[in-house]
This record gives sequence, structure tokens and C-alpha cells, in this order.
Amino acid sequence: MKSKIIRSLDEAVADIPDGARIMFGGFGGAGFPNNLIQALSRKGIKNITAISNNCGTRDGELGIMFKNGQVKRVICSFPGPHANHFQERFAKGEVTCELVPQGILCERMRAAAAGLSGFYTTVGVGTEVAGGKEERVIDGKRCILEGPVHAEFALIKAEKADELGNLTYRLAARNFNPIMAMAAETTIVEVEEIVPVGTIAPENVITPAIFVHRIVEAKGVRYAG
Amino acid sequence: MPDKARLTREQIAQRAAQELTDGAYVNLGWGIPNLISDYLPKGITVYFHSENGILGMGPRAKQGEEDFDLVDAMKVPVTLMPGASFFNQADAHLMTRGGHLDVAVLGGFQVSEKGDLANWKIPGSKGSGGIGGAMDIAAGAKKLIVCMEHTTKDGAPKIVNQCTYPLTGIECTDTVVTDLAVIDVTPEGPVLREVAPGWTAEEVQRLTEARLIVRGKVPEMRLG
Repeated sequence: MKSKIIRSLDEAVADIPDGARIMFGGFGGAGFPNNLIQALSRKGIKNITAISNNCGTRDGELGIMFKNGQVKRVICSFPGPHANHFQERFAKGEVTCELVPQGILCERMRAAAAGLSGFYTTVGVGTEVAGGKEERVIDGKRCILEGPVHAEFALIKAEKADELGNLTYRLAARNFNPIMAMAAETTIVEVEEIVPVGTIAPENVITPAIFVHRIVEAKGVRYAG
Repeated sequence: MPDKARLTREQIAQRAAQELTDGAYVNLGWGIPNLISDYLPKGITVYFHSENGILGMGPRAKQGEEDFDLVDAMKVPVTLMPGASFFNQADAHLMTRGGHLDVAVLGGFQVSEKGDLANWKIPGSKGSGGIGGAMDIAAGAKKLIVCMEHTTKDGAPKIVNQCTYPLTGIECTDTVVTDLAVIDVTPEGPVLREVAPGWTAEEVQRLTEARLIVRGKVPEMRLG
């Protein structure tokens, strides 16, 4: 069987093309694949659609990609108070942004992961989010139709991977990572440690290996700072 | 009247904390709600939920003891209570949306007489704005409390007939705690439950656009 372990960060992202739709894990400074983001930016990728909760913390997390003008479209819930590079590009019209309620962003990715074509929700009814969406009444409540959010790649962060790609996460650094791992066609994970198969007890696996396609060990940037 | 003392932000949090019951699962939003955990009534245990996947969140971490993989929704390093658990962001919002949280407390720019809430964007503000978890939380909590000042800095009422700011959710607010009053949103309309110490129902009404329902003598808030 071909190993999922990739020797370097640059190699792990080498085939991601310009214009790709890419999910990025992380929330509140925790669980961001910062080393993979650096590698992706370094390779000079252009015109990506980024799907992430937020839009960077100054130069950190996704910030570097906005600073370098590598993102053309964002699907996010909360750009964040320190997403200055994103806001500058957004103000100039160089980046478009779809704001999605955070839990609905999760469920739209889960729909993509689960082979579902959408769902109805009360969230966002009567707000800007409902614009252009089908509305109907279910169980006496007004609901809007939300579609799946797909991606070609997910860049995620986990604590440990075994050699097959079973993952564990540390504390609250889990957040969006397991959801994105399931939703993307190709999931690339940076981990602090790769361990032999059997080391992680089956009942402790959070993301099963079926969702993980490339594993790379990264000991560099853990937080945006 | 403008010179009369109003509650401080800390006192609004203190009054809102009295709405929490023993054993409740609670989510606190940004702003005044975030202060509530400092004012829990004695003898009750509350389990705090964080949208990034924590149940049983404890106080902020002490300086030097922070772990930046253990943060709340405002990126602040926190601690855990015994019996805490972690889960992913989808399950965290399954809890907010699905009616599993007993109480959620959010900040607000405007609340309408029907309980519509506006709290995520100021009209005409620059930049993209950001929704975060507020719309999921507003849609699904068993009880939604909004904490805010009663009027804007310019003195305009924030409890209005109809929100003019972009909405977070419709007919979602159950109770509003302000620096002047505690108001319950009911099918009949907003009911003035309590007034701030030294204030009368008439004075509060004059600073409120929505018509408040007053049932008999309105008691003053009691702050610990």
C-alpha cells in the first residue's frame, strides 16, 4: 500500500493548482495548519477560494495569503478583528466574501461530506443571509434552504496521526478540523507526531483514516503569535 | 433624568447572572455577557459552553498557565471544570441550534418589541462585518437573554418597534437586561419586569421606543 506520509510540507501541497477551493481548519488561534499555509503561500499559488472560519490574524494563519494577494474568494463566518490584510483586499474589491453563520458553515460542509444536497434551517431567516434562498414553512417555522460546501482540498491540523491517517486532536484545537477532513476530496494534515499503527486505541480515534490522504509532520509554526 | 445613575456593564452582567439556574448549560457571547461568569449566584453550578467545542469551561487561565490550544470563543486562554468535554465545531453548534442549551446570553445593538435581535453589523460600517456563531445561537437556545445598554451613546432607544440594523434573528429574544430594566418579550408584547434602582416605569418608557406592558407596581432590581 502506498504510504500517506509525505516527507516535506512543500511536497504535501505541490499539486494544489491555482484557483483551487481549499478548506482551512482552526479557530481562535488553535488548530490552524500554519505550516501548510506557509508552504502553500511559498509556492506562489493564486486565485484560491478559501473556506475557513476566519481570515487570518495579521500575517499569521491565512493572513499571509491575503497579504500576498493569493485569495480571490472567501467563504467564512467571522473574518476576525485582526484580519487587516483581508479587509484591505476586500475594501479594494480584490476579494469577495460570503458570510455564513458558523454552525451553518459546519453543516454545509457536513452535507458535502455526507453526500447530501442541502438542508432547511431556521438560522438566518429574515436576515441578510437569507437573500436569494428558497424559503418554506416546516413544522410551522420559516426555514431557508442551504446547499453543501465542497472543496478540492482541506488543510488541517491534528496532534497525532498513525501511519494510516487515524487522527487525534489536542484540547480545543479540534474545532473545524474533523469536519473539513470529511468534506474535502483530498485532505492534507500536519501533525506534531506520526506514530505506528496500533498506537492510537481505536476508541480514541477522532478522525478515521478513510478521510485522510496525506500526512506530514511539522514542528515549526504552531500559533500565529 | 439623564443624570440619574444607570447600571454599569458589570452590574448588568450581575443582574443577568441571576437568571441562570443550577445545573444549566449556558453560552455567553461577546461584550457584557462575557462578564457574567464573574457574578454567578452563590451555591449554583453552571456549565459553560463554547462554540469552538468545549462544555464545562472554567475561569480564564492564570498568567503563565495559559495553553493556547484551550481558548474560548474570544481567543482567551481558559481552564476546564471537572467533567468537561471537547467536541468539534459542528457538534458545538448542534447544541446551540438544536435547543440543547438552557440559556444563551448575547450582546445587542437593537431588540424589537417582537424579540427580533440585531447584534452583528452597524449600518454603514466599513469592512465585511462578521456573523460568527450569533445566528445559530439566537435561533436555537431554549432561553435567549440579551444584555445591552438601554440607549445608544446618543440617547436613542435600543428597544424599538422594528429593528433598523441588520438582523441576527427574528422573534428570538426572551429577556432583555439593560442598565435600566429587565424586560420579558411575551406574545402580548414586551413586559417591564424590573427597573434599575431609583428609576420609575414611566422614566424607562420614555427611553424605550416599543410600548412596554406594565403590570402593577414594577419592582426595582436587586443587585447582591
